[in-house]
Amino acid sequence: MFSKFSQSVATSITALLANKARSFLTMLGIIIGVGAVIVIMAVGAGAQSLILAQVETLGTNLIGVMPGKSDEAGPPTSAMGIVITTLTYEDVMALREKSNVPNAVDVVGYTNGTGTANWGSNSYDTNLKGVTVGYIEVEGGELDNGRFFSKEEETNLSRVAVIGSTVKKELFGESEVIGQRIKIKKHTFEVIGVMAERGTVAFQDYDDQILMPIKTMQKLIAGVNYLGLIRIKIDSEENIDRAISDVEMTLRDQHDIADLSGDSDDFSVRSAAEALDMITVITDALRYFLAAMAALSLIVGGIGIMNIMLVSVTERTREIGLRKAVGANNFNIMSQFLIEAVVVTLLGGIIGIIGGAVFSYLIAVIANFMGYDWAFVVSLLSIVLAIAVSTAVGLIFGLYPARKASMLEPVEALRYE
Amino acid sequence: MTTLATQNRSKGAGSTPLINVQNLTKSYTAGEVVTKVLQGISFNIEKGEFVSIMGPSGSGKSTLMHILGFLEKATGGHYEFEGKDITKLQDDELAKMRNEKIGFVFQAFNLLPRTTVLENVKLPLTYAVGKGDINETAKQVLESVGLGHRLDYYTNQISGGEKQRVAIARALVNNPTIIFADEPTGNLDSKSGVQIMEILQRLNNAGNTIILVTHETYTSEHAKRIIQIKDGKIIDDYPVLNRRVAHDGETLK
Repeated sequence: MFSKFSQSVATSITALLANKARSFLTMLGIIIGVGAVIVIMAVGAGAQSLILAQVETLGTNLIGVMPGKSDEAGPPTSAMGIVITTLTYEDVMALREKSNVPNAVDVVGYTNGTGTANWGSNSYDTNLKGVTVGYIEVEGGELDNGRFFSKEEETNLSRVAVIGSTVKKELFGESEVIGQRIKIKKHTFEVIGVMAERGTVAFQDYDDQILMPIKTMQKLIAGVNYLGLIRIKIDSEENIDRAISDVEMTLRDQHDIADLSGDSDDFSVRSAAEALDMITVITDALRYFLAAMAALSLIVGGIGIMNIMLVSVTERTREIGLRKAVGANNFNIMSQFLIEAVVVTLLGGIIGIIGGAVFSYLIAVIANFMGYDWAFVVSLLSIVLAIAVSTAVGLIFGLYPARKASMLEPVEALRYE
Repeated sequence: MTTLATQNRSKGAGSTPLINVQNLTKSYTAGEVVTKVLQGISFNIEKGEFVSIMGPSGSGKSTLMHILGFLEKATGGHYEFEGKDITKLQDDELAKMRNEKIGFVFQAFNLLPRTTVLENVKLPLTYAVGKGDINETAKQVLESVGLGHRLDYYTNQISGGEKQRVAIARALVNNPTIIFADEPTGNLDSKSGVQIMEILQRLNNAGNTIILVTHETYTSEHAKRIIQIKDGKIIDDYPVLNRRVAHDGETLK
């Protein structure tokens, strides 16, 4: 049985080698399809690893509180751009209390916006962030120059600003910065500090922003009294679950929510780990969708295979007749042509996998060269899947031509000129 | 007329003939038109015979050979091979019968292109079950037709006479009960043709049953018995009294 099978494989390889150019062109559809799937899966995995690595640099012992309730799996409504005003500065104060959340190292509340900063004749559009004093402790990062604002300045509407390195370069160039006065929305701010360059982390450019005390931002710039986000740094990762429930209890108390089931919450508490999971889910969905699109080209490739196999069956009508005359039954003929189709698609699939992997590797090399921490990942799953799909394409699109060959009458086939 | 054929028939009266056809008919339908190719053919062939089926083109001799060789089914009549009713067999059973019982030699050789001589001869064995060392068997048969030195040649690298000898080797490799040769010398020069006839006669002398289909009286006289066909009917069935013997490229009478 096995020798017969290897015989059939050998026969089909001989037939393929006899028509090298045609075999290659036939394979091309499969090569491109499989290659595209491999590249998309690999590039997707690389991009995913890049995003996850960046998010991880924020620290995995962070808890985020967003306004609005959310399901366990989905993102909170506030992430969809709907403004919800349930989080307040008082919540930050409550969370800071050691008796409420004993494992909290520090808490920071955010009210974000955008605006134009002016210095002399220079002006620059940038991100404005009202934050509380825990910012550096929670977010990481360090001061390049000057100081951060104090606890008093947080609430007394002090017009002080800590600027990012991009803002410094755009507004001041090489000039001395500390003590300079800049204008934001008609208010004059004193620059008291410059943050060290940090780059973009998790889609956020840490260098292109101006930090100011939360109350200053709320009252003078944004004209709101709610927070967009609260972040809490926890002393260690194993205490995160406990800290989350402490935060929830504190906020329910703050918001007068008696229902402890969580159904009535007007906020959502997430750990960084959960956020990572969510990013993974979203990017995975995107990857598989793109890969499925690329896989469509395999169907086109399959139709090409069917076409060539039909030509091949016609060309080899006499051969089929002879094989039948010397004792091949319908199954023998059918399996011969099916194996031939599968050999074509499988070979195309393997070339596609190699080509796709090489291409993905080049992308990773270029990305690393450009300074991104890009991982080269060709998963075993995508290889196994590519091989399985190529085989399936061969079987499906080879079936009709193979059946047609097997149904030929031996005498008709022998007479064929 | 005391013919060899009638002798054979009387001799085989007690045992089962190799081939027994009764009132065999075959017609092809193309649209409304029905072409009757065979119109009631009856004869017996015993084991060890060398029979020429002779007739002009269009007489139905090739169709008769195809039916006898299980390549095609008759429209009507009765066909028994070794006492077995063939008309009731399914496609796959016929394929198995072709593989085990029949060896075919065609006018156009029908060798696989871009394939070696040895691979061509092995072909029937690849469809058989439990045939031992098929390489060895194929080599031996090729040596018996004088092609032991051509094993690894491709079929497009050898002469016409050699091609037909490869085809004969292929027909023999399964040790068949009967060999059908359809105009085996038709595409060959006379010298190569004589060589082929010599091989067929030698095989017959060794006990092989051979049916030769030809339109040439000259070629048909290498057989022991001639069945003449015209318009789908047997018009004569007689033994060859003055048989031609092919030897060393010459034909002796």
